[in-house]
Amino acid sequence: MKTTLKILKYEFHNVIRNRWMLAYALFFLVISEALFQFGGDASKVMLSLMNVTLLIIPLVSLVFGTMYAYNSREFIELLLSQPVDRKWLFVGMHAGLALPLALAFVIGVTMPFVIHGVGEAGNTPTVVALIGAGIFLTLIFVALALLIAVVNEDKGRGFGVSILLWLFFAVIYDGLILLATLTFREYPMEQPVIVMTLFNPIDLARIALMLQFDISALMGYTGAVFEEFFGSVTGMVVSFGSLVVWTAFPFLLALRRFIQKDF
Amino acid sequence: MIEIRNIDKRFGSLHVLKGVGFAIERGSITAVVGPNSSGKTTLIKCVLGLVRHDSGAVSIDGVCMNGTWQYRNDIGYMPQIARFPENLTVDELIEMVKDLRNVKNAGEEELIELFRLGSERKRPVRTLSGGTRQKVSAVLALMFNPAILILDEPTAGLDPLASSLMKDRILNERQKGKTIVLTSHNMHEVEELSDKVVFLLDGKVLYDGKPHDLISTTGEPTLERGIARLMENNGK
Repeated sequence: MKTTLKILKYEFHNVIRNRWMLAYALFFLVISEALFQFGGDASKVMLSLMNVTLLIIPLVSLVFGTMYAYNSREFIELLLSQPVDRKWLFVGMHAGLALPLALAFVIGVTMPFVIHGVGEAGNTPTVVALIGAGIFLTLIFVALALLIAVVNEDKGRGFGVSILLWLFFAVIYDGLILLATLTFREYPMEQPVIVMTLFNPIDLARIALMLQFDISALMGYTGAVFEEFFGSVTGMVVSFGSLVVWTAFPFLLALRRFIQKDF
Repeated sequence: MIEIRNIDKRFGSLHVLKGVGFAIERGSITAVVGPNSSGKTTLIKCVLGLVRHDSGAVSIDGVCMNGTWQYRNDIGYMPQIARFPENLTVDELIEMVKDLRNVKNAGEEELIELFRLGSERKRPVRTLSGGTRQKVSAVLALMFNPAILILDEPTAGLDPLASSLMKDRILNERQKGKTIVLTSHNMHEVEELSDKVVFLLDGKVLYDGKPHDLISTTGEPTLERGIARLMENNGK
């Protein structure tokens, strides 16, 4: 565990000084501020910001994480030649990569809300939910990025897989759900759709946030079904539990492959 | 003593090491040489535990290394490619490795002075030249006074002065009783430094002995020509 904290300390210093990290924080800062300037009240800003967050965080976490892991390969070899346990080295690497990314997002999004006094409008729980969803997505997609880099030896192939994975979760998966509901429109699809939602972390985060915004009524009958399930205590436990599983599963899979990997 | 016994390693269909075995005496310099893709770096990585061999064993002073990591406390490793986190300074990099080993004084000041890195220590790694990175890599390997030094192409990319300093240091470490394993494509360097040469070809040990014995066996005037003759004789 001490090894993890040591690795985390230096990896964090290295990643946080990366100019892309500054650009990432500035991106959220500029977008949030621009939405306040042009969009009006905090709830509209959060709704627009939710859509940006759900697309950008998985993309940046996957691409930046994959590239970072490939570019660190020789240094990982050097660290593995030191008297350290592979397991704790990997945990430190994941945290050292995910924490600066999450921090850049939190700072970029939070500052405009603080400046414009979001707390006064009673929107604090929604902002906290947005930040929580962003942190979860960062942890999940950084773990997936490390898994891609550990499994694929070739950097170009790894980069391609990370882009494809983002496309799948951000775009294709919803298309498949739509296709399934159209194909089986004669049958009650509400329950299967809820189950399918659990297999996509972006959809999970989206639904959790939409319930916070209380706009599920705009989605008609499906929205009512989602609200009934995900708005209940069981639904909240299931959705939160699914996000935790989504955080742990790729991480543990990547850890297992990292421990067995030849460098 | 390091004992490498009958090591086999495949990467998919590629059979990289085929029953490689030899012993490395304590207080000696052993050069592992061979053409590209002969298995030198894979063999070194097997000793370090970076690559897990399919069969065979590596033992240090009679203790088998399979799956453990604590033995690396006694090893200093200089990789072929010196690539470090771009935004850390040289000092931070050295601190990181010291932190990982829980050592406060690793003798790094003497090494920084030796390789004339004093003016570079506050600079981020991304601003350093390839040669300077290689010197930093040498400092990281030689710190902690390890009993075993594993150096993969230690003088590659170094200027003549730094290369000369590095070679002097290697000889000096041997005098102190250190066990040194190095790889090199520079046969003059191997001849100058090593007590023993292990020549690998297509993942097999083709020669294991003293450099001068190889020269006299092949009847060639230099080690480079002797190695070339061995390769020719084996259809290369």
